[in-house]
Amino acid sequence: MLKDVLKILEKDARATDKQIATMVGVSAAEVNKAIKQAEKDKIILKYKTLINWERVEGDEQVWALIEVKVKPEPEVGFDSIAERIARFEQVRSLFLASGTYDLLLVVMGKTEHKVADFVSQNLAHIEGVQGTVTHFVLKRYKDDGEILEGGEGAKRQQVVL
Amino acid sequence: MSVKESGHTPKYKLISDRANRLSPSGIRKFFDLLMNMEGVISLGVGEPDYSTPWHISEAAVKSLEKGYTMYTSNSGIMELRELTCKYLKEKYNIDYDPYGEILMTVGVSEALDLAMRAIINPGDEVIMTDPHYVAYDSCVILAEGKPVMVPTYQKNNFEVEAKDIEAKITKKTKAILIGFPSNPTGAVMSKQKLLDIAKVAKKHNLTVISDEIYARLTYDMEHTCFASLPGVRENTILLGGFSKAYAMTGWRIGYAVAPKEIIAAMTKIHQYTIMSASTPAQVAAIEALKTGEPDVVEMTEDYNRRRKVIVKGLNDIGLPCFEPKGAFYAFPSITGMSMNSEEFSERLLTEEKVAVVPGSAFGACGEGYVRCCYATSLADIEEALKRMARFVKKYKK
Repeated sequence: MLKDVLKILEKDARATDKQIATMVGVSAAEVNKAIKQAEKDKIILKYKTLINWERVEGDEQVWALIEVKVKPEPEVGFDSIAERIARFEQVRSLFLASGTYDLLLVVMGKTEHKVADFVSQNLAHIEGVQGTVTHFVLKRYKDDGEILEGGEGAKRQQVVL
Repeated sequence: MSVKESGHTPKYKLISDRANRLSPSGIRKFFDLLMNMEGVISLGVGEPDYSTPWHISEAAVKSLEKGYTMYTSNSGIMELRELTCKYLKEKYNIDYDPYGEILMTVGVSEALDLAMRAIINPGDEVIMTDPHYVAYDSCVILAEGKPVMVPTYQKNNFEVEAKDIEAKITKKTKAILIGFPSNPTGAVMSKQKLLDIAKVAKKHNLTVISDEIYARLTYDMEHTCFASLPGVRENTILLGGFSKAYAMTGWRIGYAVAPKEIIAAMTKIHQYTIMSASTPAQVAAIEALKTGEPDVVEMTEDYNRRRKVIVKGLNDIGLPCFEPKGAFYAFPSITGMSMNSEEFSERLLTEEKVAVVPGSAFGACGEGYVRCCYATSLADIEEALKRMARFVKKYKK
């Protein structure tokens, strides 16, 4: 049952217990209990809204993808350095990746300057960081499964037998 | 497009009697009304609200880039026929030979038409349920046969009983046409009831045409393929397609499988009227069969959630609705209202801007019901229910 509840919430975090209950076929109280437990178990981490900030005037944000090459430490490998980097609030996502670099950061800042500052003042000085490559995001076409621009597709006919 | 009993279908001298016998679509008025309306929530469609999964569309795009723009074999691309037969074998454990026992068609619509024209002589009777999908009786009439109705009822979850079919059998009966899961009712048939029909068909040596276009859209139950029942193979034409399961309505790809004499006859008609189904669409169908299964599962799960919302919602607002276990339609009763289904649908549209389809468009036994398609967003379903609740309150007897 939990899986069904999670699938619904993942698509729409605002679905109410009652709505979910109807869709899953259990009582609203049971749904509530399952959600509370999932929150406790850190299965549900938070309820967020996907916003297209480009459409909000005066609220531009700068996003950057930063590749980081690091020297893994004995015993803990990449973990301890990743945990240090993760503490910075500018870092919105952090992944260990295969390929030509080790860590991939998704960083958000108010201006390009702020992002550049973060790289030169904070990131580059962390022990074990051997090099960084910063890619500024020029346009978000799709985020978290949603197409942001140009996704308006064909319309259905309104009545079809 | 049911046959007008009243006989006031306009007769034009230039038009054939055959065409004149068909009545115009029962929802023409709706299109006219809808043309000038904004803000309508439509529960009136008969197709998924999903676009075709992109990897399927892309397969067709790539094939166009490579120049796959020629006719295919009349029967369809061999790989598609093989994959379809393999799919039927894996899913239902039925054996059809991709060389001669399958024909790829322009949707199930064409397959249905071919089936009728291949087996019906003038005056032959074809038994079908009332209500039924709009093309069923028309296809029989076009083949100069006679549709014979077996009423089905909400109290039986719109399932059809073999004994009711048997009661309609005459010397002229040639075939039984069934379509489950059903458009418009959303009804499914239990395996036992299908076995009963198989028995009747065998006893009277009748062909069964089973339209199973909605086979993949069943909820909390397993679909029984009619062709998989013991002893029916020689007398069964199974129709299926890609439109509903893979959200591919606009591609127009369906198929018929049957013993080779029947497929040979259907292929003859197909080759002179259609030639071959669209090539890019067949390529897309190949991709659907190869890699589309997870999409079907995901979409079906999503329909099921919405199904539960609309069925509960309709019952809550005072439009009693049996639990439809297939397709993506709810078929609530409006007999508690002081109007017939056509009036209900028209006024609901003009007063509350919700489009549904009057049950009467699907046969006399559809009167007293409306078809509500729940292949639309949850938000729209909930808003539509709110508007319908207001409407019901206003006009309840």
